[in-house]
Amino acid sequence: MSTGTTVTTGKDTQTTDALDFVAPKADELAALFTGRARPPRPGALAASLTFGWRAMLKIKHVPEQLFDVTAFPIMMVLMYTYLFGGALAGSVDEYIQFLLPGILVMSVVMITMYTGVSVNTDIEKGVFDRFRTLPIWRPAPMVGYLLGDVVRYLIASAVMLTVGVIIGYRPDGGLPGILLGVALLLVFSFAFSWIWTMFGLLLRSEKSVMGVSMMVIFPLTFLSNVFVDPKTMPGWLQAFVNNNPVTHLATAVRELMAGNWPGADIAWTLGWSALFVVVFGSFTMRLYNRK
Amino acid sequence: MTTDLAIETEGLVKVFGTNRAVDGIDLHVPAGTVYGVLGPNGAGKTTAVKMLATLLRPDGGRASVFGKDVVKDADAVRGRVSLTGQYASVDEDLTGTENLVLLGRLLGHTRPDARERSGQLLAAFGLAEAADKQIKNYSGGMRRRIDIAASILNTPDLLFLDEPTTGLDPRSRNQVWDIVRAVVAQGTTVLLTTQYLDEADQLASRIAVIDHGKVIAEGTKGELKASVGSGSVHVRLRDPEQRPEAERVLRSSLNATVQLDPDPVALTATVNGHGTDLGAAEQAARALAELSRAGITVDNFALGQPSLDEVFLALTDRKGTTA
Repeated sequence: MSTGTTVTTGKDTQTTDALDFVAPKADELAALFTGRARPPRPGALAASLTFGWRAMLKIKHVPEQLFDVTAFPIMMVLMYTYLFGGALAGSVDEYIQFLLPGILVMSVVMITMYTGVSVNTDIEKGVFDRFRTLPIWRPAPMVGYLLGDVVRYLIASAVMLTVGVIIGYRPDGGLPGILLGVALLLVFSFAFSWIWTMFGLLLRSEKSVMGVSMMVIFPLTFLSNVFVDPKTMPGWLQAFVNNNPVTHLATAVRELMAGNWPGADIAWTLGWSALFVVVFGSFTMRLYNRK
Repeated sequence: MTTDLAIETEGLVKVFGTNRAVDGIDLHVPAGTVYGVLGPNGAGKTTAVKMLATLLRPDGGRASVFGKDVVKDADAVRGRVSLTGQYASVDEDLTGTENLVLLGRLLGHTRPDARERSGQLLAAFGLAEAADKQIKNYSGGMRRRIDIAASILNTPDLLFLDEPTTGLDPRSRNQVWDIVRAVVAQGTTVLLTTQYLDEADQLASRIAVIDHGKVIAEGTKGELKASVGSGSVHVRLRDPEQRPEAERVLRSSLNATVQLDPDPVALTATVNGHGTDLGAAEQAARALAELSRAGITVDNFALGQPSLDEVFLALTDRKGTTA
């Protein structure tokens, strides 16, 4: 259509403030109309990435929302390391080797629940009506959300690992181990977030989304092997803990960072992830189409 | 354009719980025109629009847009319509430029194209200076303009404007009206919902009046007005004491209802032409002559077409509702 890449807006137009704005005349408007020709529709990936870009713009405009992926994770690392370190492992230095991958998993999985809240507040706004009348791949707005959130999870991971290394975390897996562990965590968190998009669409208010999220997230993260080895737990609890997806994830991340290859736990984690996407992804889309 | 139908609905129904928000609506909207859907709050206008724009699934009946079914062929419909909702359908956290570029990308434009188009639209709608401000800092009129700009980023064949001027000051309202006229001049069909009768009067060529989820009247402005009466006489007296007498004289002379205005010296009578071949003006002249014969001093009088307000009140009264 057009070839120019430079745009000069405002400079060469006259001062037009809201008060003396005059609607464009029919012939001016005619020049603006594209006619009936339309560019080809964007593909699924392009549309999703465009919504991901929207999420980035929102972070740019409201940087305070990064508080939960910076201050909160730092607090978690420091709090639990110094609270339990001496009692559980004899020393802070030793405990952090065990705790850091786990607390990383726990914090990031906890942060995923903000997805539900933001979907819930955003969907009530008029802009979603526009998105839903666009001829694009239907899940794109939701996938865009989650792509934006993956960036937030990445920030949280980087912050926590930095703090961990500062207070003495020295993983044997080195950088490759850390990167693999974080990658697995991001895959799981992306998949797990579909639960929240579902609740964000299902529940009526932000408060109820928060309430339900707490009910899901606390047992799921605390009843795992994040803090301690489950061996000392009663049998019924061990049964839950050992089959908790967060346990598989925490073990996989811990072992990857320690330089091992926990094949079974990786497989379990990826399996759970696929299940989350299939089940909660389809619930989400059903609700989204019906909303 | 042609006589093609942009919208066709048959017995369209949407039920929320026990509330039949839309209760069997039939609409035939010719392409290339502004079609007004007029009704009070809660009449079912927005619900009807949402079904036509593929946002809500109808519970009964069927609806098609340019011959494509809104349920079975929703994707084809989405490719041809744009919606400007009751609340700004733009992202409040983003700037004007970001909103339009985002939308341009989603409609398949390349990034440079989307940027260029965004700049052109913002300039044409008087928003160039606000291009890099977040929408939440825009005034009501500016929001409406960016909203409509977003809706015509790709020229839609059908544009839904859901109460586009609710909450706007008169100046911004006139600006929106001018934009709507310019958009229609490009061949786009506009479905306009409004609760303001003068808005429908100003913009629409055909109007459907909706109340309690049903169409209670449909036609051109002229047809709707004629259904109520051919005109009305507004009379101002010098002496408020004479008003009861004047009311009696007018009623018997015009054989019609006489309405006492809030102003104690004013009254309004419909001239309906029933039972006589005389034109409205002639009938009114006679009535005035009788007033003067009865010794009533008339300070001022005017003969007018019935307003859509009167049409609307008459139509809803007939159904036993008070507005």
